[in-house]
Amino acid sequence: MRVKLHGTRGAYPTSSVENQKFGGNTPCIEIIAGNDRMILDAGTGILGVDFEDGYTGERIDIFLTHLHMDHVQGLAFCKPLFNPNKEVHIWGPGGSCEPLQTRLNRFLSPPLFPIPLRDIPSKLIIHELSETSFTFGKFQISTEFISHPGPTLGFRVQYGSKILAYLPDHEPVIGKDHLYPEDEWVSGFGLALNADLLIHDSQYSIKEYGSKVGWGHSSLEMAAEFCSRVNAKHLVMFHHDPAHSDTERTRMFQEFNRSSEYTFPIELAIQGQEIEVGG
Amino acid sequence: MSGHAIELILSRQLADCLSVPVFIVDPKGNLLFYNTPAEQVLGKKFEDTGQMSVGDWGTSFNPHDEEGNPIPPEGLPLVQTIKTELPAHRTFWINSLENKSTRISVTSIPIIGRSEVFSGAMAIFWDNELHL
Repeated sequence: MRVKLHGTRGAYPTSSVENQKFGGNTPCIEIIAGNDRMILDAGTGILGVDFEDGYTGERIDIFLTHLHMDHVQGLAFCKPLFNPNKEVHIWGPGGSCEPLQTRLNRFLSPPLFPIPLRDIPSKLIIHELSETSFTFGKFQISTEFISHPGPTLGFRVQYGSKILAYLPDHEPVIGKDHLYPEDEWVSGFGLALNADLLIHDSQYSIKEYGSKVGWGHSSLEMAAEFCSRVNAKHLVMFHHDPAHSDTERTRMFQEFNRSSEYTFPIELAIQGQEIEVGG
Repeated sequence: MSGHAIELILSRQLADCLSVPVFIVDPKGNLLFYNTPAEQVLGKKFEDTGQMSVGDWGTSFNPHDEEGNPIPPEGLPLVQTIKTELPAHRTFWINSLENKSTRISVTSIPIIGRSEVFSGAMAIFWDNELHL
């Protein structure tokens, strides 16, 4: 199972020359295993997915963790949506008073977008997800609501014996320096337990987090503590703050590394990067 | 292992921030968490006890009515909420650690998250003799 990181940036896309190393597109990752593929999140990174290669069938599936703009803004320009021969399945969080389609339609309709959702040429099928486990092709998928403002799902994707956990926007404990000591009180614990690869929010430095408590994101330190607690084997720090230049982000990571003693590999997500899960 | 539902986890985080006693139970009435002010009511520390069954926590603060008659666990708002999945409220008396009878009001609410599953209940105790 391979993962391609098409968008690693949080909040809003950036094309600044100072953000090119880690990339400026907002969250989208593609999971590839044999002929099976799935797309997680539809930030501007989804525009980098090659739909001509590997998506020869008529069906495309896009799984959304939540509907914050940085995770859906690429959807409006995703080519398969405008292909009448394509069947696009959008899976996203339920748990709201309004259906997922109504919530998506707020964005994919005038005046924010010229075409209402109902007029999109592809055959669009919306699936609401709650806390569940199901088989999708050869993938075994589990979802849980996690700590982030609004209905937000984390994903656990298993292919054979390999496990990917994807929690791109996550504040596992709010306003505390450390996770609760009891595992069952840690948001997302079951999703990420023993994962071969954990892709996790790490937007802030520990100092920045102090002024952004409750915004739904983690510091690098919290992401690493979470990874250690769930016994995940490899951490990719995701959802880079667009206000951080590559230089600042690198310095932040170096400072984190100097004060941490974790033994599992930790790296900053880079747009365009491909990672073999458990490789 | 699976952890608690996110609505329970966030309820604990809220309870951690409050200065009034808060108790959180699962659908079976097991006491999953109580905050520091609640430790004063129970006379026990959460760090020491961990989870407690309803039989253990339901009588430990000696709930009673105005005449001193004990109130059984099923008369407590939190236990009622567990049974009915509805909010409950009652004013009664408990014995403080100094064995003083204290009049309190308790409000309990069901915790039902985005999955629309009854995850448990939360009770807030209010000491009527305190003027916060």
